[in-house]
Amino acid sequence: MVELFENKANYKVIGTRPVRHDGVDKVTGRAVYGADVKVPGLIWGEVLRSTEVHAKIKSIDTSAAEKFPGVIAVMTHDDLATPGRDTTRNGLNDVDREFFNIMAKDKVMYKGHVIAAVAAIDRNTAQEAVRKIKVEYEKLQPVTNVDDAVAKNAPILLDDLIGDHLGEDVKNTNIATHFRHEFGNVEEGFESADLIVDKEVTLQMVHQGYIEPHNATAIWNEDNKVTVWSSTQGSFGVRDQTAKFIGLPPSSVRVNYSEIGGGFGGKTKVYLSPIAAILSKKSNGRPVKIVMDRPSVFQATGPAPGGKVRVKMGVTNEGKITAAHATIRYEAGAYPGSAVNAGAICIFACYEMPASRIDGYDIVVNKPKSAAYRAPGSPQAAFAIETVIDEICDQKGWDKIQFRLDNAAKKGTRRGDGVLLEKIGFEESLQAAQKSEHWNSDIGKSKEGKLRGRGLACGYWMNGGGLSTCDLMLTDDGTVMMNEGSADIGGTRASIAMQAAEVLGLSAEDIKPTIPDTDSIGYTGMTGGSRTTFATGYAAYLAAQSMVDQLKSRVAILWELNEDDIDFNEGFFTSNDQELKISIKELSGKLESTGGPVSSTASVNMAAGGNGYAVHICDLEIDPETGKTDVVRYTAIQDVGKAIHPSYAEGQIQGGVVQGIGWALNEEYYLHPDGSMANHSFLDYRMPTCLDMPMIETIMVEVPNPNHPYGVRGVGEVTLAPPIAAASNAVKDATNKRILEQPIKPSRILKAIRD
Amino acid sequence: MHPFNYVAPKTVEEAVNVLEKHGDKARPLAGGTDLLVQARGNKWDLEAVVDVKKIPEAMKLEASDDGLIIGSGVPCYQIYENEEVKKHYAGIVDGAFIIGGIQIQSRAAIGGNLCNAAPSGDAICPLIVYGATANIAGPNGERKIAVEDFCIGPGKTVIKNGELLVSISVPKPAKRSGAAYERFIPRNEMDIAVAAVAVSVVIDNTGENFESVNIALASVGPTPIVARKASDYLAGKPINDASISEAASIAKDEASPISDMRGTIEHRKHLIEVITNRMIKESVKRARG
Ligand SMILES: Cc1cc2nc3c(=O)[nH]c(=O)nc-3n(C[C@H](O)[C@H](O)[C@H](O)COP(=O)(O)OP(=O)(O)OC[C@H]3O[C@@H](n4cnc5c(N)ncnc54)[C@H](O)[C@@H]3O)c2cc1C
Repeated sequence: MVELFENKANYKVIGTRPVRHDGVDKVTGRAVYGADVKVPGLIWGEVLRSTEVHAKIKSIDTSAAEKFPGVIAVMTHDDLATPGRDTTRNGLNDVDREFFNIMAKDKVMYKGHVIAAVAAIDRNTAQEAVRKIKVEYEKLQPVTNVDDAVAKNAPILLDDLIGDHLGEDVKNTNIATHFRHEFGNVEEGFESADLIVDKEVTLQMVHQGYIEPHNATAIWNEDNKVTVWSSTQGSFGVRDQTAKFIGLPPSSVRVNYSEIGGGFGGKTKVYLSPIAAILSKKSNGRPVKIVMDRPSVFQATGPAPGGKVRVKMGVTNEGKITAAHATIRYEAGAYPGSAVNAGAICIFACYEMPASRIDGYDIVVNKPKSAAYRAPGSPQAAFAIETVIDEICDQKGWDKIQFRLDNAAKKGTRRGDGVLLEKIGFEESLQAAQKSEHWNSDIGKSKEGKLRGRGLACGYWMNGGGLSTCDLMLTDDGTVMMNEGSADIGGTRASIAMQAAEVLGLSAEDIKPTIPDTDSIGYTGMTGGSRTTFATGYAAYLAAQSMVDQLKSRVAILWELNEDDIDFNEGFFTSNDQELKISIKELSGKLESTGGPVSSTASVNMAAGGNGYAVHICDLEIDPETGKTDVVRYTAIQDVGKAIHPSYAEGQIQGGVVQGIGWALNEEYYLHPDGSMANHSFLDYRMPTCLDMPMIETIMVEVPNPNHPYGVRGVGEVTLAPPIAAASNAVKDATNKRILEQPIKPSRILKAIRD
Repeated sequence: MHPFNYVAPKTVEEAVNVLEKHGDKARPLAGGTDLLVQARGNKWDLEAVVDVKKIPEAMKLEASDDGLIIGSGVPCYQIYENEEVKKHYAGIVDGAFIIGGIQIQSRAAIGGNLCNAAPSGDAICPLIVYGATANIAGPNGERKIAVEDFCIGPGKTVIKNGELLVSISVPKPAKRSGAAYERFIPRNEMDIAVAAVAVSVVIDNTGENFESVNIALASVGPTPIVARKASDYLAGKPINDASISEAASIAKDEASPISDMRGTIEHRKHLIEVITNRMIKESVKRARG
């Protein structure tokens, strides 16, 4: 279902649903994913991981592993390049701290932290050999949550960390950063309020849960050129990070694109490529492949931060927000750099208010270093703010959509971090929710003895822009070969190709997209931040226009006319007087006689990508005897700007909801008393399966982004922002109890009901 | 994982020989859905796995007037697709039907589930309430042991080095009897029981009273627990909400769970009460036909 808010041009390709170009290979199993890579002479690497949560490494003895039959190379931290000496306010640069995350040096910061690695003739041998490495630890007290990390006398996790606390340098702290965004008079705002609601939510770390584990294959050539294959959201990111960790210039590293089995933000960091490269170097250039197992993926790669988010908000009896104050404390994991900055941008971005204060804390704990996860930082923030809004409406008896409409952010609203918003579609999304079938239908009769509730929540994600490149080459049968640099994690080959097709007046199938290696395409940032259809799509748009210009000059030669006397429309060149007409298809056979092949390229650096808003409605059923929840109906309304390929936009929206429902109801890093993760398998991590999900209805609102020729806003992330709060608000509606701790699991629901 | 031998003997005797030779470095293999996962996780230091699926006795599934014989390698799907089993052993079908998904059920055996001795094993409590017996073969010949005495700790059974489970015998249920099994999981599928209960009942010829009852609890102790007091309490009692609630409440006290990632003590005990109540009612319904 698509709702239009502006008269749009009559598109031919955009808004249609062609089969994705990579579809056949993917459904037939022919697509090559990172772990499928096979090269002659391949050997296997395996890493040794810490068994301790927090400990000094007293010694590492690799001698038994070196002697193990079949072992070719062994490495430790000292084999990596030396971290840069640049320091920032925080002491060592965040990027340089990653040297110690890739492979620990003197200290392990979480269970599963890599300590050493071996390369051997096959995988089993590598696995057996790595277990022969002996590590002597001196155990330290682990710190596993934000409260313990900031407590008096808390163990200090990083000796050299210099905290930036509102501009002051602070030593001996686990708080890497405390920043504040503020405008208006917050105190006065609270004083003038008739009702103040103040709530704090607690969240556990959760994992992106992509199906495909991390992997890397690397060859270190005799001429110090390195070739890498790795499933990633961005080949250039792998190139640059790998080069840094192994001490080569980026141009010496070539990263081949391979298909990716899910990333959701978690495949933006390298974990294995530098290790595979060094092992290859130490194995005289044999190709080395490493594939993680699932426990390692959980224990040592990018979860989303847990933490605590508190929101205090004042409103008048007339239903206007007077002020709000958020305190966001996120677990960075082992090294600084949680998504707290983004969380702070998002937390109040749905609402207009005269006064706002946002305090953000980035806090180091003994858990894996957190990484991006779909709208990083926003879902946790949305849980807090949308709980408070729901509570305000409950206490005042106000309509939950109307209150939001009365306070909705719109063009010109100041976002919490100070930015003035451009044209956005939040009000339109709320109105679409108000008119939706779901909102206007009865919640339905629950099964015998069950309780039902409905929750509504909103969310925001700014959407990224950035660097992208696209090349086009016209072939003599009238099709266009397209090279673009964006890893395809959600149908972006199609959405990018369709934008070129629209310009050229060709069909989506006429464009043949390829994602080449990093030596063969201009720089393109990673697929993340919902930027790809927006930014790489814009590069495709520009490259296509440049191709049209070139072709016009060829037509001019053919017809002996001035270029000015030639028009181009929907794939046809015509003379101004309409006497002459030629299609791109026909013209493509006449390239040789008019000057040779035609190709074009465009690179862009796009400013931010235009503000995504979502409104979700969730109906839940609860068994009050066991606490079990079932989502029975779910509708996700979202301003997508323009859905280039509606099916893939809908797929993104639905996928985010599924992840959000899992996050809300059952997923968490459940820790053993020693601070290590207990449930590091899909069996016990309890992501939802298809049997746990109803069909997720989507309503796409299209308020075009003024910063994109087709109005694209980016769709992949904001969809994960509302579900935790939507589910939580539904639980409140069903039980009249508010559970402020995620996950809202059966035992918590039961306890709340019975208390 | 290091290399080990795969052996597929054709007789019980041959299997016993190989198992005896390798001692604790050999494991019998039924469906392998536990064993292979555990081997990869370095739980066992293996020299040999001994596949039971080529041994005729281990692949037998036979329902007769004497009862049911389930070979130790018979996969779950054969159990829940068998008409006789469906008719007379609905409680066993309840368990077999929820172990993993279709792929797992095509390999996983009831015998493997029992020998794995997980406190949460979904096949075990149903066998217990049906009064099943394990038929074990070893270097000293055959022995029989009640399934309720088979598990002695998490992952531990009475099976000794050199022995294997050949089959499980289930006596034919009495007239006017019914049984049922249900587990609680937070999701709808593909999960490990947080708490689970199997119940079998025999009702008297008036149809109004319990004649005898067996209740067994899973995932709330180091082994499956026979809720003896709750079972005894119900024998001879009228079938009504009060007696059933009282039995459920007694069963709750017989559970001794721990708190872990799958659930808390409090939640698990509560669940035992809820599920016991539901399963007694379901068993009565089935007994009444
Ligand atoms: C995805 C997945 C989902 C699962 N879901 C469930 C579930 O919902 N409920 C549940 O209870 N389990 C579940 N399991 C666990 C497992 O599938 C079951 O326990 C299954 O019944 C084991 O049977 P098997 O035939 O595969 O056993 P195997 O793996 O072959 O053996 C299990 C153990 O028993 C021993 N053994 C096997 N046969 C014999 C014998 N004849 N004599 C002596 N010892 C023997 C083996 O050495 C091993 O220690 C799941 C497993 C997976 C991988």
